[in-house]
Amino acid sequence: MAGRSEPPGFLLTTLDKGVNWARTRSMWGAVFGLACCAIEMMATGASHNDLGRFGMEVFRASPRQADLMIVAGRVSQKMAPVLRQVYDQMSEPKWVISMGACASTGGMFNNYALVQGVDQVVPVDMYVPGCPPGPQSLMHGILTLHDKIMAGDIDR
Amino acid sequence: MSDTPDLATGNLEAPTTEAPPESAAQPSPTARQRREVHDAWVAGTEEPAWVREATDEGAQELLPEADDPAASSQRGIVVADDYVVEDDVDEEERQIINMGPQHPSTHGVLRLHLELEGEKIHRVKPIIGYLHTGMEKTAETLTYLQGGTNVTRMDYLSPFHNELVYSLAVEQLLGIDVPPRAEAIRILMTELNRIASHLVWIATQGMDVGAISMMLYGWRERELCLDFFEKVTGLRMNHNYVRPGGVAADLPDGWEDDVEVILTRIPAALAEYEEILNANPIFLDRTQGVGVITPEECRAFGVTGANARASGVDWDLRKAFPYSGIDRYDFDVPLGTHGDVYDRWLVRLEEIRQSLRIVSQVLATMPAGDYRTDDRKVTPPPRKRIDESMEALIHHFKLFTEGFKVPEGEVYQAVESPRGELGVYLVSNGGARPWRLHMRTPSFAHVQALPVMMTDSLVADIVATLASVDPVLGDVDR
Repeated sequence: MAGRSEPPGFLLTTLDKGVNWARTRSMWGAVFGLACCAIEMMATGASHNDLGRFGMEVFRASPRQADLMIVAGRVSQKMAPVLRQVYDQMSEPKWVISMGACASTGGMFNNYALVQGVDQVVPVDMYVPGCPPGPQSLMHGILTLHDKIMAGDIDR
Repeated sequence: MSDTPDLATGNLEAPTTEAPPESAAQPSPTARQRREVHDAWVAGTEEPAWVREATDEGAQELLPEADDPAASSQRGIVVADDYVVEDDVDEEERQIINMGPQHPSTHGVLRLHLELEGEKIHRVKPIIGYLHTGMEKTAETLTYLQGGTNVTRMDYLSPFHNELVYSLAVEQLLGIDVPPRAEAIRILMTELNRIASHLVWIATQGMDVGAISMMLYGWRERELCLDFFEKVTGLRMNHNYVRPGGVAADLPDGWEDDVEVILTRIPAALAEYEEILNANPIFLDRTQGVGVITPEECRAFGVTGANARASGVDWDLRKAFPYSGIDRYDFDVPLGTHGDVYDRWLVRLEEIRQSLRIVSQVLATMPAGDYRTDDRKVTPPPRKRIDESMEALIHHFKLFTEGFKVPEGEVYQAVESPRGELGVYLVSNGGARPWRLHMRTPSFAHVQALPVMMTDSLVADIVATLASVDPVLGDVDR
């Protein structure tokens, strides 16, 4: 640095910003594929769309290693307790994306078999519309969730 | 009541003694009895006992008590344990483990109860229903035109086949023919769909036996097909493109170029897959002699499609019961000999090549003409006619408010989906909505054959076998 007029290099930030930055840059998803949306979720993670660009290519089979649960597909009454258990097994801080019309509202299946919106079972941070949402929609949902986390406090 | 299946008392066995015929046990209510019911209803008092017994449907409703063992069994919290401890099993080595429904290698939400003796599988019990969506019931509330949106979501890896089989059944009841161009478009889309579905299978099968790069390769080629689907139908999946009477829209301009790209790039990719895996010693060890099913067992369990053909059963509905003019095209049915995972791999790779052959013939011989029938009772009139003709306006209005009516009758129609025989049983009572829709889905039959393939193999082989069967849980549970 000798002979240069700039001040020596250092970085100033707040704790909130630093922690939130770390949380968003390597957000591991829990595998929770249910139906058609799971195929699009896998397509998002695979070569063509490459979720690895956002540090998210690792989908963890164990919920204890995951930060983000993408509920991809229709949640039946029989699956709802399983869903809740997987959510409870995830360690804080954790986020939930409700992917697709069925997970968000029951979609076109307003009948006895489906939970009419996964937000009856777990708290949802982001809803991604579509039936199924394409990879671009899902990535937009994930990036919007990143923005939401960056704007929030670290003690949610 | 004692000889009928009764969930409340846990007596789930089928009745052993023959029940008397329904008419003898429950005589039809007389005028006096009807009067009695009416009076009870008006007075707000309790129904007479014979009414309660006559309308009791037994174990049909969800039981309310959370701690009721029968209710827990019904909801899948507890599974009735019918495992029998055998004398020759070492108790120290015997254990029951649970796999799924949330597991990365169960291809959805299948749950397997495994009884193990050390590393060896003693018994397998598939438990389904975690994706039950009530689609067959929903179909009864949708018009025949709307029904396509419902069935396309059943087997989400082969949506075109679901739409096609449903449309063929409705057309049979209607007694209408579709134009040759519509038939050719249907074959084009379903065969491309077979390729896309098998590519997903290659990707997941490869990943499940440890060849993670296959996951990336399979998806790379599948995107080619999906881009074409999106261009034609507007959607990547769940298209609702094949409809009763034809297809929803004509092929876009320049579709030939896109199909040409698919026809040149996928064979090169297949050669690449074969180079990677066909002589790979790890892949051969994981797949050869694993998950074997014999031709006799295939027939006994209703196994169809590539799984049966890998065992040497020469059965393809495209040859046996040709639909939508597929007999106009020239293709072979590949057969395996061993019925193991490796043969299923070879058969599916060859099926992709045969589907490409069909697609190239469709490309060369695509007939000109209309893409849907001109029967005005089924197809809406062109927009221009609505301004000119009162009758066209009425037809348009009736089609989109009430839907077209289908003559009374029942029909079974099947097509060869990427998984096997996909059948639909449709009953119409003459209205604008199906009276009953039942799907005979191949994955359902394949899941029941899993115990046959898995028993006496090793724990690690479960994943390879399950992936090779290619079950789609949306297809199983519906």
